[in-house]
Amino acid sequence: MSNPTDNEALIARLRAGDQSAYAQLVEEHASRVYRLALRMMGNEADAEDVLQETFLSAFKSIDHFESRSSLSTWLYRIATNAALMRLRRKEPEQVSVDEPLESEEGDLMPRQFFDFCCLPEEDLLRDEARAEMQRAINELPATLRSVFLLRDIEGLSTEETAEALDLSISAVKSRLMRARLKLRERLSAYFSQGAVLTEESSK
Amino acid sequence: MSEHHEHDCSHYLGSLSDYCDGVLPSELCQELEAHIAECDNCRVVVNTLSKTVMLYRRMPSPDVPHDVKERLYKVLAMRPKNE
Repeated sequence: MSNPTDNEALIARLRAGDQSAYAQLVEEHASRVYRLALRMMGNEADAEDVLQETFLSAFKSIDHFESRSSLSTWLYRIATNAALMRLRRKEPEQVSVDEPLESEEGDLMPRQFFDFCCLPEEDLLRDEARAEMQRAINELPATLRSVFLLRDIEGLSTEETAEALDLSISAVKSRLMRARLKLRERLSAYFSQGAVLTEESSK
Repeated sequence: MSEHHEHDCSHYLGSLSDYCDGVLPSELCQELEAHIAECDNCRVVVNTLSKTVMLYRRMPSPDVPHDVKERLYKVLAMRPKNE
């Protein structure tokens, strides 16, 4: 990530309508925006739309950018909003009611106790396991997915995530915890099945 | 998970994510560590929760495909920087 002084100079050039500054913004940030969009949407066509919308909207609203935030956090914010809006249009029930229906910790009580930490690295890193990991992300409610992606995949701090998503710190922490527990449950089930199959095939 | 454990275990559920990030206050940390020393299930949950996060952090990051980038520049009515 670029340092604050570079950011300020770039923002000044963007506001002045400098074309090379626009190209620089795209070059420096397109891959993070695309990565987030792809994981949020789960397919390339929608990810591309979100990517385009994000930069179109950023160019239009650069005057509203507040310098207390970083350019990347600001772009993440625009990209997440674009993705959530698109998801809401596609699956209205899924995105609008996922939160209230979530009963408290009850649903989160772990049910899977297979210790997959002991599996060989090659089993954990196989393409098939990676595909399962992406499916598990796709199945998270969108509001948990966005927090998980920003914190654990993009590496934003809790504070930056809260800023990007307009959430309180405690909401970020609670959603992150729920997302992680759900993913753990899902991966545990997946890896325990794999372990049973391997055991059977070696008999 | 036995009956009397279930209550204890759910009590710690909310702390696990902070524990994995190393930001759980030290008293709670000690309490949780004392619990997982005795509770096999919770120990597995803590370990696999950390491992889950680690596996996701190591997922390869896709780059923007060349044609996607070209169309992006087109939509933005810009020429790519290096042309």
